Amino acid sequence: MSDVKSKLGTDKLPIGWNGRTLLQMLEDSERAFEETGRYCGIEALALMESDPIGYEKTFAKLRGGLVNARETAMNISASPIVKEIGELCFAFYTPEGDSVALSTGIIVHVHTMSDAIKFMIRKGYEQNPGIAPGDIFTNNDPVIGNVHNADVQTFVPIFWEGELIGWAGGVTHVIDIGAATPGSVPVGPTSRYEDGLQLTALKVGEDDTLHRDHELRCELGVRTPWYWKLDERTRIAGCHMIRDAVERIISEEGVNTFKQFMRDVIEEGRRTFLNRLKELTIPGRYEAPTFNGVPFKDEPRLPQHAQVDNLMHALMVVSIEAGGELELSMDGASPWGYHSFNCTPSAMQGAIWVLLSQTVVPNDKVNDGAYLATRSFFPPGSWTNPQNNSVSTGAAWGFLIPAFTGLYRILGRAFWARGFHEEVMASYGMTMNGMQGGGIDHLGKPCSILNFEISTVGGGACAVKDGLDYAAAMWNPEGDMADVEIWEILEPLIYLGRRIKPNTAGPGKYRGGSGFESLRMVWKTNDLEMQNAGEGLTFSAPGLFGGYPAAAGYRHNVHETDLLKQARANKPYPVREYDPEHSELSALTEGRHLFDKKTTTFPYPFRQGDLYLSWLRGGGGLGDPLERDPQQVTKDVNQDFLLPRYAHKVYGVKLLKNDDGSYSVDDEGTVALRKEIRKKRANRSIPVRTYIKGERQRIQEGNFIEPIRKSYNSCMALCSKWAKYYREFWDLPSDFTFSVGDES
Amino acid sequence: MTTYDKKTLENLWEGNLSSGELRPIQSQFKDQDRFWKFLEYCQERVGWSDRILLPLQPHLFVVQKPDGRRVNKCDCGFEFGDYRQNWKLEAQVFVRDTDETLQEIYPPMMHCDPEWMVLREFYCPGCYSLLEVETVPPCYPIIHDFKPDLETFYREWLGKEFK
Repeated sequence: MSDVKSKLGTDKLPIGWNGRTLLQMLEDSERAFEETGRYCGIEALALMESDPIGYEKTFAKLRGGLVNARETAMNISASPIVKEIGELCFAFYTPEGDSVALSTGIIVHVHTMSDAIKFMIRKGYEQNPGIAPGDIFTNNDPVIGNVHNADVQTFVPIFWEGELIGWAGGVTHVIDIGAATPGSVPVGPTSRYEDGLQLTALKVGEDDTLHRDHELRCELGVRTPWYWKLDERTRIAGCHMIRDAVERIISEEGVNTFKQFMRDVIEEGRRTFLNRLKELTIPGRYEAPTFNGVPFKDEPRLPQHAQVDNLMHALMVVSIEAGGELELSMDGASPWGYHSFNCTPSAMQGAIWVLLSQTVVPNDKVNDGAYLATRSFFPPGSWTNPQNNSVSTGAAWGFLIPAFTGLYRILGRAFWARGFHEEVMASYGMTMNGMQGGGIDHLGKPCSILNFEISTVGGGACAVKDGLDYAAAMWNPEGDMADVEIWEILEPLIYLGRRIKPNTAGPGKYRGGSGFESLRMVWKTNDLEMQNAGEGLTFSAPGLFGGYPAAAGYRHNVHETDLLKQARANKPYPVREYDPEHSELSALTEGRHLFDKKTTTFPYPFRQGDLYLSWLRGGGGLGDPLERDPQQVTKDVNQDFLLPRYAHKVYGVKLLKNDDGSYSVDDEGTVALRKEIRKKRANRSIPVRTYIKGERQRIQEGNFIEPIRKSYNSCMALCSKWAKYYREFWDLPSDFTFSVGDES
Repeated sequence: MTTYDKKTLENLWEGNLSSGELRPIQSQFKDQDRFWKFLEYCQERVGWSDRILLPLQPHLFVVQKPDGRRVNKCDCGFEFGDYRQNWKLEAQVFVRDTDETLQEIYPPMMHCDPEWMVLREFYCPGCYSLLEVETVPPCYPIIHDFKPDLETFYREWLGKEFK
């Protein structure tokens, strides 16, 4: 028996501070917060006040240790997603699982890993399977704490003289997770059981060594075991570097000082967050809905119950209260569905966390103090909180990303009103197209692909300048598109071109950041299946203050091309699409063109010579486009950010063509044109109250497409508050619902 | 304590700062007097004398009328009514709900499907500036973007009388 206890690590219980179990520590911490509103009930930040320099030095050492771990460990990985793009991050947690400090990178996971540690504590892992020095744990389960299975977490407990002093946590996005379709963000699963390998907070190593059975299970469970192995070693190495750093700090500062530091720094993070909100924003109520079309009605590869067209709804309502508290509600959200765009509350919290840390406290100590200063509500049964463990979350980001553009727009309004225009931003770009697939690569080996150019989409327009072009992703503020040569090593598709994509940015006084396009040709394989993933029916990056949304997606792939024949005959070949109305791809390539608005597709067979166009989205615009500096419009045209005819139509800028083919502004013509557009606005607009009467009539007649009528019905059924609001706004009977074919 | 001179802030608000000049302002701790300076800046630039209580966006402000009413007002002088009501209800609207009107803004293929989503453009009835663009499905309620709690803001956050 004692051997068993020893094996489980339960012979030295409890491992928490001052003779407590981890569960007791967690419950004490939560009780103290509930009773006092302060982290662990701390009143004075004693350490910060008594030794402010020492306190800051300790934070800097810890933060330095975390960044060092990330920058060093990422070189162990062979996956370009980790090594080139930087899809990893590390954090240090208290014994109860509250984040103290973090590295750079995909910091959305700082809070999801916190959820996973708390899960292990609540499930009694201290007793079974035991938590001992040298142990290694892993998790990727969104129900426990994650966004989707592809983000794999590793945890290493850090001990000091028999007590658990904290946890090191690291996460990487893997290339393949063994889901129903290749690539790590499966679009197609209709249940959790197709989302891929499930690592449900497992103990997978002891004595700093991975269990062989775990390694084998994973190697046989994913399509790219070689990348998996090195990614796991990346995470473990980073966690061990953090452990070394923490042990070094404790030996220098003393364990009691370090414990006090951990408490103080989180409470300081909470107080700072509240103060920053009061400093930067305006109390009140803010509202920002976003939508996502899921067109699966004609998808024969789905089960019949999943073959439906659906419009997902995310109504984000933020209340900023007198004390600076931020409350975020998603009441009114659509129900979960038989698709992979659902999210768990852990994913939602992660998204709140990554965006608030980038907008409200970017210059301060970022940790779970910010989480403690916010409240959230995700309605049970909705896509934000399914309350059903069988639901798929494989492509959770699909709607999570657009939905949280609302938070940027909300904060943008507040920052504007305070005069902090340097912080205002319209919606960031949707991180799509997701170019994904798998099969046999150009070296004759099995491959799985998710191209991470999606890390560099356009940023939202700012209130003082245009958005950043092909800049970053909301989930990784330091994203990178990686060199084309790297992707050509990994993927059996060569680049014919990678260029700016005109008109991707949302127009405005300040335009959104631009996206770009990559034209790929399948090379040295006839056994490849690829899919497109992105939005097309709806705009996903709305503008602000009169700015327009960024462009919506489309698909243009070409099969059975004459490209190789053309090349052998020294004929021109396409290097870009450029303008879809006058497509260079269509002009220079014969073949079967799939040129349509089907932007979310299932894997489709490709052969050598076939073309795949992947274009990355832009960010939303800000302000009335008629107020944009005409010189900036001309510059955009000359640099291929804007097609010339839209300078006229959108911005009211009359262009003159110069002898060298470039454009300049016709000043007088522009003044006249802008007057004309303003006059056109007056002539064809109507009073909003007249519009409302017309729309009410349309609602009563049900005169719009069924997926939207169904969506409204389902939101009203799930949320009585939103139902009341909808019916009252349109002056409808209190029991009004839309008539829908199979429901009526 | 961080603070900026009037010229620097004017350049900021007018979009005239270079990235090099902007970056330190983004990185520094925020200047506590920014709001008052911004109010002054806005007040100097409108052609009317109602006191601005809160700038809402580039053209709209919450102002206090001489009779004590607080209303949303455009810089052109058009008033949208009580500040607690959604100003959009008093605006003009144009809805882009066809391929033809969407293609005035986007190339074919690069806009939403108008059966699934429309663009609602809200103009000021006084000057026809484009104040907001909503991206919503047909028959979605008009969005009330922001309802400020001015009393709490002035009394509790700024420590000022609010009459």
